[in-house]
Amino acid sequence: MKADVLVIIPAFNEEASLEHVVTGVRSALPRADIAVVNDGSRDRTGTIVESLGVIGLQLPLHLGVGAAEQTGFRFASRFGYRVVVRNDGDGQHNPSEIPLLLEALEGGGADVVIGSRYREPSGYVTPLLRRMGIRCLAAVLSLVCRQRFTDPTSGFRAFNRRAIEICSRFYPEDYPEPESLVLLIRAGLKVREIPVSMNPRYGGQSSIRTIDSVSYMARVLLAIFIGLLRAAPVPPSNPDPQGRRS
Amino acid sequence: MMDRTVALSIGAALLLLLTVLEMVRRRRLKEEYSLAWLATAVAIILLAGNRALLARLSTLMGIHYPPSALMVIGFGFLVLTTLHFSSLVSRLRDENKNLAQEMAILRWQVSSLTKGSSAVDRPSTRSTP
Repeated sequence: MKADVLVIIPAFNEEASLEHVVTGVRSALPRADIAVVNDGSRDRTGTIVESLGVIGLQLPLHLGVGAAEQTGFRFASRFGYRVVVRNDGDGQHNPSEIPLLLEALEGGGADVVIGSRYREPSGYVTPLLRRMGIRCLAAVLSLVCRQRFTDPTSGFRAFNRRAIEICSRFYPEDYPEPESLVLLIRAGLKVREIPVSMNPRYGGQSSIRTIDSVSYMARVLLAIFIGLLRAAPVPPSNPDPQGRRS
Repeated sequence: MMDRTVALSIGAALLLLLTVLEMVRRRRLKEEYSLAWLATAVAIILLAGNRALLARLSTLMGIHYPPSALMVIGFGFLVLTTLHFSSLVSRLRDENKNLAQEMAILRWQVSSLTKGSSAVDRPSTRSTP
């Protein structure tokens, strides 16, 4: 039987943590399919993906995290998955908390559920400057979306069918987490945050390592405002799972 | 003074025109992408060759020295050309992204076909390790 739920794990040079993450997801959700998107890694990630028995989506070149995630959404849209869970490949997210996301998605009338580190004190420690940046972003996004968000950079999320269709077509490339919030809200979807606890990174480095938090924030804010100026994305009226992308 | 500027402008623009045409002829440049360059060259030649027109335009722009107006107009054409190419690059990047994503999905479908499973429309292929 085909699984209902697809867990998307984007992976760029994650040889150190990938197996650990996949094992964690598997024991948390034994019946879900797992798709690892290898974003043109230069280490052994590609080989590891093939050995894990997951759905390996090997990108021929490095596209960046947003486009890698979108590959997973495309896959989910094409093969008609009901729910997508997005889990980092670096071990930062707790796969054992995925069921919390799924419960909130099923029960809460939300189209997208986000696991937030800051909704409740969770003992997760963020460097001060980054924490301030995230706070500031959260404030702007809350204002723009007219809804309170505490952790707009969290990629620990669950999406229903409607959200999958939107994301497979319009997913932002540069700063997918905060930008996609605007996209989803403007598409008229309901987004809900729930508290989770996260781990420090298991291996590898954050994708925000080279640019400092301040310039990151400035660029994200610019991207968000441009996103606001765009026409709202319109979900396809007749989703056709097996059809080619229009 | 003016004559030398005119000769230089026309000469440079002609050189640009010929280079672009030659590149198109050798298929080093696609016709579609040569248009912006050809327009730039032709505009400079027309303006430099037609002194009355250039004088009128420069008065219109409030520039007293007509060759400066020629520079400004040439610069404007260059800006448009560069913008045009930036937008082309963005489009290419987008198409590239779509291709790479399709390729990743197709690659997976091919490998599950060659493994002999009927997984192409049923992705549940997890062989428990």
